[in-house]
Amino acid sequence: MALKTEEMVLNMGPQHPSTHGVLRLEVELDGELIINVKPHIGYLHRCFEKHCEAMTYPQVIPYTDRLDYLSSMYNNFGYVVTMERFLGIQVPERVEYIRVIMGELQRIASHLIALGTYGLDIGAYTPFLYCFRDRETILSLFEMTCGARLLYNYMWVGGLSHDLHPDFVPKCREFLKVFKPNITELNNLLSYNKIFVERTANIGILPAETAINYGITGPMLRGSGVKWDLRKNDPYSIYDRFDFEIPVGTGAQGTLGDCWDRYFVRVREMEESVKIVEQALDQLPEGDINAAIPKRIKPPVGSIYGRVENPKGELGYFIMSDGSTNPFRVKLRGPSFVNMTVFGELCKGHLIADVIAILGSVDIVLGEVDR
Amino acid sequence: MYNLLNNLIGNDYLAAVVAALLPLFVFILPYALMAVLAERKVSAFMQDRLGPNRLGGKYGLLQTVADILKLFQKEDIVASEADKKLFNIAPVLVFTGTYAAFAAIPFSGAYIGSDIDLGLFYIVAISSLVVAGILMGGWASNNKYSLIGAMRSAAQIVSYEIPTALVILAMVMVTGSLNLREISEMQTAYIWNWNIFGGAFSGIEKFLLIPFMLISFVIIYISTLAEVNRVPFDIPEAESELVSGFHTEYSGMKFAMFFLSEYANMFAVSAVVTSLFFGGYQSPFGYLGNTLGISWLVPLEQLFWFAAKGLFFVFVQMWLRWTLPRLRVDQLMTVCWKYLIPYAFVNLIIVGLITLL
Repeated sequence: MALKTEEMVLNMGPQHPSTHGVLRLEVELDGELIINVKPHIGYLHRCFEKHCEAMTYPQVIPYTDRLDYLSSMYNNFGYVVTMERFLGIQVPERVEYIRVIMGELQRIASHLIALGTYGLDIGAYTPFLYCFRDRETILSLFEMTCGARLLYNYMWVGGLSHDLHPDFVPKCREFLKVFKPNITELNNLLSYNKIFVERTANIGILPAETAINYGITGPMLRGSGVKWDLRKNDPYSIYDRFDFEIPVGTGAQGTLGDCWDRYFVRVREMEESVKIVEQALDQLPEGDINAAIPKRIKPPVGSIYGRVENPKGELGYFIMSDGSTNPFRVKLRGPSFVNMTVFGELCKGHLIADVIAILGSVDIVLGEVDR
Repeated sequence: MYNLLNNLIGNDYLAAVVAALLPLFVFILPYALMAVLAERKVSAFMQDRLGPNRLGGKYGLLQTVADILKLFQKEDIVASEADKKLFNIAPVLVFTGTYAAFAAIPFSGAYIGSDIDLGLFYIVAISSLVVAGILMGGWASNNKYSLIGAMRSAAQIVSYEIPTALVILAMVMVTGSLNLREISEMQTAYIWNWNIFGGAFSGIEKFLLIPFMLISFVIIYISTLAEVNRVPFDIPEAESELVSGFHTEYSGMKFAMFFLSEYANMFAVSAVVTSLFFGGYQSPFGYLGNTLGISWLVPLEQLFWFAAKGLFFVFVQMWLRWTLPRLRVDQLMTVCWKYLIPYAFVNLIIVGLITLL
């Protein structure tokens, strides 16, 4: 006798511990098996792009902080680099170095949250707090520099809001010294934990071709084995001066492009970021922290697309100018948003617990998905 | 113990009531209060934090008491679409199942709630009541997370009862008794008489038994972890997936009852493991009371050893919780059916053969 069965629709979020913000997932379930996942976004929509049109060019910077609030520094970075190219401004050497230092510290901080919360999603509570402990030091460094801990508004068009604190360089070196063994600790505690590997290896496999077709960037793309990093492939600022590697997924614990690969690419990227910061601290020149720029910024009529490698992927700003002090149009290409598009594809045929594992490995920040 | 109380009070019924309530107020409630605090302190210690440190002096000693007071004051919310009867019975049933198991656990030579010959069997049977409570709670909440949590929980607990029962069976073969007090008595005198070290056997049998006793211990410890829904088997609660599983909809005292029974259950299974393998309430090296000739000191010492051993295993459970991630539901079943049960079977047969020697 065949019993009549039907699928259950489970509504995960917007209030749910593991949706990393206010994401709503409409999950169609057959028992524990997933038939379909439909993400609903927009709960955190704040009209970033439209808002920019009412602002002058420098006034947009604080709004970029609030996109991906876990990598505010890098959002500033992307915007000012694009604006400077638009205006044809050359910033002083010291500014470039400080920007790279801040950017890479921000990358470490952002990855720490990604890894920590990933552990939390899988059920390991302790690595989460270890990651936050290290992130805390980075935030203190930022606070020391610009007074803010989350939304910095630190990089301005043509320069920086503050010079480095005299204690910054020694404190930063000290942090790097402490941080390097902490990565090993994280690996021992979580990355190579048998249960963790069981939960993440061979789950949510993203083949390189699919990733490219969907326009996936960042650690997610590199997790699938594609060596693509804008810091190397389309260098901006002064990234061509540093010696660092681009870690890619190897399928070491399972299949190439699975959750574990995406996770581990982030761990190794932190090591590379440490290398970059060390080099930048060694080479840090003295000098001015502001270029001579006109009081009212008026770019020429036209448009520009500038992109940088945000911790989560390619962060692109399309800025269109009509010659006035306000941008005519700003369009943001957010890595979280684009990486999110492949999510439904990855989840099919997995179990509920895997949805969480896959979502964590995509590493989205809803502030940027919704804008 | 019951007889002693009966003599003291002089009334059968009153003595029975007192005997039943004694462990609750003397042991389980204070233990649960301290265990919750300990869990927070242990986790804080492992995570570079301080943990509760304000209320009740330096160590936050009154933190849990305050938490319980808070829970008392909370509104008792019953969702409008919930099945009210089942919803209200569920936490009581879960707590009863857990608490009733304590009846057959010997706390010391002088105190055992009910010295029945089928003690172990009774514990295995009565703790199955918990499954019914969890399923009821999950179903009655009328919440999808709760339902999935309850489903998982039922599957998990029922599956893991099999390796537990198989190991208990092996232990019954070794000791020849289902009475936990008798089993504890057999492991008297010194540490090498504990069942984990081959029990009261002597000669070649003892040495043959030791490796299999270790295997038995590992199997039963893993499966009891699963039975009490602790990490890495906390799948029914799975905070990051199912919010908090079967007790998502519970608030106030009903939530506290689930919470209390979780901690009580942690101790109950630790106590069973202790009694089976680690000499129960027996001291690892003689008694001070015997040396000094103070006879009433011995049961107290036994209580101390029992609590110490039991709490040690509770600590290990906490330790695991704050170290390991969580398994997935199918992996959990794989661990049980593909590894634990076959090993437990083989272990059972070998132990049986050795005891026949």
